[in-house]
Amino acid sequence: MAEMQDLVVVGAGPAGLAAATQAAELGLSATVLDEQPAPGGQIYRAVERAAQGPAAAALGEDFRHGLSVVDAFRRSGAGYRPGLQVWQVEQSGEVLASDGQRSEAFPARRAVIAVGASERPVPIPGWTLPGVMTVGAGQILLKSSGMMPSGETWVAGSGPLPLLYLSQIIAAGGRIAGYIDTTPAANGLAAGPHLFAALRNLPYLRKGLKLRGVLRRSGIPVHRADSVEAAGDGRVERVRFRAGGAWQEKPCDLLMLHEGVVPNVHVTMAVGCAHGWDDRQKCFRPTLDEWGRTDIQPILVAGDCGGIEGARAAELRGRLVALGAAADLGRIDQATRDRLARPLRRELGRHLPIRAFLDTLFTPRPEVLSPPDAVIACRCESVTAGQVRETVRIGAVGPNQAKSFIRCGMGPCQGRFCGLTVTGIIAEATGRTPGEVGFFRIRPPLKTLTLGELAALAE
Amino acid sequence: MAEASYDFVVVGGGVVGASIGFGLARRGARVAILDQGDAALRSSRVNFGLVWLQSKGDGMPDYGRWTRRSADLWTGFAAELRELSGIDTEHEQNGGVSFCLGEAEFEQRRNTIQRMHNQVEPWVYETRMIDRKEVEALYPGVRFGPEMVGASFCPHDGVSNPLRLLQSLHGALKTIGVAYRPDAPATAIRRDGAGFAIDTPAGTFRAGKLVLAAGHATTKLAAPLGLEAPIVPERGQLVVTERVAPILPIPASGVRQTRDGTIMIGTTHEAAPDLTTRTTTGNMVHIAERAVQVLPDLARLRIVRSWLGLRVLSPDGFPVYMESETHPGAYVAICHSGNTLAAVHANDLAEAFLAHRLPERLDSFHPRRFHVSQAA
Amino acid sequence: MFRKLPDPAAPTVTVTIDGRAHTVAAHETAASAALLAGMGATRRSPVTGEPRAPFCMMGVCYECLMVIDDVPSRQACLVTVADGMRIDRQPGARALDFGGEDA
Repeated sequence: MAEMQDLVVVGAGPAGLAAATQAAELGLSATVLDEQPAPGGQIYRAVERAAQGPAAAALGEDFRHGLSVVDAFRRSGAGYRPGLQVWQVEQSGEVLASDGQRSEAFPARRAVIAVGASERPVPIPGWTLPGVMTVGAGQILLKSSGMMPSGETWVAGSGPLPLLYLSQIIAAGGRIAGYIDTTPAANGLAAGPHLFAALRNLPYLRKGLKLRGVLRRSGIPVHRADSVEAAGDGRVERVRFRAGGAWQEKPCDLLMLHEGVVPNVHVTMAVGCAHGWDDRQKCFRPTLDEWGRTDIQPILVAGDCGGIEGARAAELRGRLVALGAAADLGRIDQATRDRLARPLRRELGRHLPIRAFLDTLFTPRPEVLSPPDAVIACRCESVTAGQVRETVRIGAVGPNQAKSFIRCGMGPCQGRFCGLTVTGIIAEATGRTPGEVGFFRIRPPLKTLTLGELAALAE
Repeated sequence: MAEASYDFVVVGGGVVGASIGFGLARRGARVAILDQGDAALRSSRVNFGLVWLQSKGDGMPDYGRWTRRSADLWTGFAAELRELSGIDTEHEQNGGVSFCLGEAEFEQRRNTIQRMHNQVEPWVYETRMIDRKEVEALYPGVRFGPEMVGASFCPHDGVSNPLRLLQSLHGALKTIGVAYRPDAPATAIRRDGAGFAIDTPAGTFRAGKLVLAAGHATTKLAAPLGLEAPIVPERGQLVVTERVAPILPIPASGVRQTRDGTIMIGTTHEAAPDLTTRTTTGNMVHIAERAVQVLPDLARLRIVRSWLGLRVLSPDGFPVYMESETHPGAYVAICHSGNTLAAVHANDLAEAFLAHRLPERLDSFHPRRFHVSQAA
Repeated sequence: MFRKLPDPAAPTVTVTIDGRAHTVAAHETAASAALLAGMGATRRSPVTGEPRAPFCMMGVCYECLMVIDDVPSRQACLVTVADGMRIDRQPGARALDFGGEDA
């Protein structure tokens, strides 16, 4: 068992790194546990290597900012344990993690959950075919390994990430066959009222416009579509989409999908923290106070796993959570905490006002939240949306009964890629809100581990 | 909300309530089943899935007989459900074993079986001790740990998938026109003329007769109706592995391979001072430790999930069935082993509830047995 | 499907993917190496037998489960390659060989 730490931080993205850095600066003991071999999280994935690598220029300045976050962390004196999968967080704050061979317990006065976001499931026909991936996966390959799509690559979806990825591929000299923009046309109108607040983050808006300009000038065909399908025999060979009411079909050997990102709530749900439905972001998130405190005292949350705010905000949240923890543990007084927090909150105030605009502009089309019957909802167990609806017909009113009837969410991903879909389908079928329907009850282990590794803990 | 009147309202839509409701409706009764919602403490959802005789009935031979009766009915019950719901309950009864680790466990097990045979001869079903060689013959190609010295074996034992069972019951209920009402837990039950009125958040339901089969929620509902449902809840945790190509042809009491390929491993027996279902890491470790003692190669399998259920146990562990004397037509049915007993609940017990009086052969299950032991 | 941006400075290792030797960058994951090798399906679903391949590349979806150095069910996107590593397709439900050494 490792030595008791003031903070054990789960996740080495901007929130986790900043939390540990801030904690160490205040003289607290802190250790970051992370799955990846190098710090940065997914947003700054492999940034230390990538910033020197062949994709550095294409990845741009925002990515490069990650270097400063990582550098500060490296200098802070906080502990760092890469290559560990956290499979259990106890209500006491103790964290159990595995290196694939053996598990170790990390006792902590506070556990900071900073596991970020992942991409919203995009259940469309054919999305389980080899050659269909997420846009985030494509970007991770670019960051961590300098990999560019080749051949007939299509990007389909909505949100800032596809635009960013396309511009990065263009900058790196790559070729994309086309972009299928699935943003519902009506979203623009709905987002309008939030534009004024968004103007407070002018640089971000400018960047968005710039990315659109890059895409326009690149000559990559852009199709506005309200439905997308992948097809092929044993792998994706064609992409089909409905634009202006008519279906088109194109050859395709790599299809990247994206419909926004959602908080990774499995850790906080498994611990038993209270969560609520965020209707603007169409996701569940833990109920937090301004210091990232959950309803379970030793469990704190920082960054996008507490609600989507973006990388820069996550960094600030991480620092704020560390300040709050330092005060709660009696290491600084409240006045010091509040004084140190003031500039951070001021900066946070520049990043947050744009969220309502972005969330509304990129609200996914209803078909993503509740797909047609034939579409696979749960990839692990190959359960279709129609099977989920059938459970409602025989009386299921929530995802846990549906799960027990048809195994959706029982595979190794534990519902990470079907939870929101199953909730969405049941909400639509029963005429209730997703918040009323609820989510899968998340069971340990958070990540699979061998029986042998568990048994060895008895020694 | 105005609701139609029913012959029976069954309070509880888990495997016990659904089996009874199904049996009543199959015999012509108009039935409504009132259930909790998605977050119900549903023992049927956390069940290990055995159709199991061995060791059942020690101290109450009638329970052994009742269990044997259910096991004998199971094949027909599964076929009926499949026909009405289109869902296969994955029922098989090709025998099952209970592994013994070390000579002491083996002797203890042998003594238990002998004790049962001393109560009634011949005992109501066959169970015998088998040595390591015989165990290995039942599991071709499987390597056991050195401490596995033998097992008890019962040829009537088997499995059915408890999740498929509940799904097929609910599908069949729909097919035969039973009114199933989720999100409708009974909040109050009153005499209403010759029958009963049951208040729920989804409205008031009326019925001539009433069956309380609401698991842990039964006790509170029972008392005002002159019924007793004493429950001492017990926690049991399980783990399940990733899917594996078939390796374990027959079930054992703590480890069985499902038709999906996953291997379920159990279990724990802990007091449950409250009705929470939080798993513990300590339990997972304990379960894993014993599993790899029996089957060392399981150490390489990955665990996908662990969960914990609350056994619905009466003080002596045997079922409780009774009709109220003060409120005739009101019944209680609580038990552990709702999976094993589903077939007899859907047949004999449903028939008993339809009859004017409960038959004598159910006398052993009356909770007055707890009064006697208190008096003594 | 994918190509690498030229990176002559990156150290390399040799791995065996689906039985064939490949020289790949030492920072590659087993999943990215399989994608670069054009492997297509990296496993078959244990439920339906359908072909599947890496999907999220961040350890969440478990689609990239592969047999790596004879150990089944490893998340290939989380395994960094090493010289001599064997990376093989996982054919549906994993096998368990009694007395085997796959751990």
